[in-house]
Amino acid sequence: METLLKIANIETLYYDRIYALHGLSLEVKAGEIFAVLGPNGAGKTTLLKTIAGLLKDQPKKGAIHFMGKRIHRLAPERVARLGIVYVPEDRGLFRELSVKENLDLGCWGRSDSGITDDVEFIYQLFPILKNRAYQQAETLSGGEQQMLAMARAMLRRPKLLMLDEPSLGLAPRVGREVYEALSKISQAGTTILLVEQNAKMALRIANFGYIMESGRIVLEGTAQELQENQDVQELYLGVGGDTVSPKGWRLYKKRRTW
Amino acid sequence: MANFWQYVISGLATGATYALVALGLALIYRSSRILHFAHGDITTAGTFVAFTLLGLKLHYMVAFFLALLFGAVLAMSFYFCVLIPAQRREASQLGQIILTLGLGLILQGLVAYFGGTETQSFPFPLSDFKTYQIGEVVISQLSLGTFGIGVLACLLFYLLVQKTRIGLAMRATSENLPAAQTMGIPTRQILALSWGLAALLGVLAGIFLAPALLLDPFFMLEPFLKGFAAAILGGLNSLPGAIVGGLILGVAESLAGGYVSIAFKNTFAFLIIILVLLVRPEGLLGKEFKERV
Repeated sequence: METLLKIANIETLYYDRIYALHGLSLEVKAGEIFAVLGPNGAGKTTLLKTIAGLLKDQPKKGAIHFMGKRIHRLAPERVARLGIVYVPEDRGLFRELSVKENLDLGCWGRSDSGITDDVEFIYQLFPILKNRAYQQAETLSGGEQQMLAMARAMLRRPKLLMLDEPSLGLAPRVGREVYEALSKISQAGTTILLVEQNAKMALRIANFGYIMESGRIVLEGTAQELQENQDVQELYLGVGGDTVSPKGWRLYKKRRTW
Repeated sequence: MANFWQYVISGLATGATYALVALGLALIYRSSRILHFAHGDITTAGTFVAFTLLGLKLHYMVAFFLALLFGAVLAMSFYFCVLIPAQRREASQLGQIILTLGLGLILQGLVAYFGGTETQSFPFPLSDFKTYQIGEVVISQLSLGTFGIGVLACLLFYLLVQKTRIGLAMRATSENLPAAQTMGIPTRQILALSWGLAALLGVLAGIFLAPALLLDPFFMLEPFLKGFAAAILGGLNSLPGAIVGGLILGVAESLAGGYVSIAFKNTFAFLIIILVLLVRPEGLLGKEFKERV
């Protein structure tokens, strides 16, 4: 599989002195689902924002290439026009506009004949949006908002779809629906880069995973490998190994392998 | 009763010009979160351009059209040449507001130098002295025209914002800038367009105010402040609010001038604003911005 996105040694700083990303490198291959897992404050969101170009003059160092083209420090509009679509943690909806207007904006800059097919596709994926077409986006439930954000992103025909914690704040059942939709989107041929805290859910659909801690990638592997890794199991999947007593607390602090 | 309607009608005509000024201010505040202190001076400059062109014996329509265009281009070039570089250097919101203040002072100087400081009368196709009688109410041709043009401009503006793709992009950009950027909307051009449109509405108001007020470099100062007040009365981030605020302010000051004393014309109008803002601090139709961090 060809490499779609290649990030090499990027450093992103806040206020010119606080390191959020600390020489991070990763690769995303076309057609697969990549998950970046990590605790709060690891820099997962910063990573996506850096790629999307939303942090001005960042990354300070390093390079990001998308389909062989240099995209670091480009304006967010230009990154978006290359086919990278970012769905932020707060869903990034236009809350005062209706569902339909939000979807129309997703088609911005498109005039090809494929629009009707794509609209058909997203209504199949999320039938609820059809009923809510003239409702203000603000009035949707959390799950519907996430679906709208994903639908709007899909209308841009993304080459790379980046999602920031799509299951955040959703009931487990709704979260699973969102994830099912994601794997359908992936099967339709879209590459997905996913940032999650909910490792169990993310690894279930992902092909490849990265574990991120304090601005670095500390472990990478296929979803299978990560699920079998002892540290990942204990820290992210909540599978208690020998180091955890039946009462739930640890008998000793285990050294991580990274 | 006839007096009452007379005051209301003439108040609506002045209110229409306040509404146009307020609409421009609200448009800019909504999209850029900037209080545009040079709005009045851009308007003055545009009106002086119209005056100069009329002096060159151009047709009214041509002169007015060019003046509107001049105002729009002036505001857009200020946005592109001053505000965007400032934003790139992380200028604070307050810093940008001061920049508009600076632009206002520069324009004042230029207008005074090139246009002259003495008061001049502005030639206009509609007369302030020709009047029509409707029932018991008398309305001058100029007031009627002003009100008509105000309503027409508001209507066209409403259609642009609510019914066109450009308008949709404008609403999206003013509501959630990063999201609009990630949608690939050319936000800078859209914001520049907002600045241009605002100036255009302002110059339109200026052209219709000039024949009644007489032209000098500071003739827009009072209408600008009234427009500002009207925008705040209606809710600074609400476009319909700006129109409603302008009309209310116009009628209120006309009634106060008529029934109480002409000296209290402004006092009374601003008393109403204070009262409204005490009850609804976000303005009549305004919604508080929910800034998410």
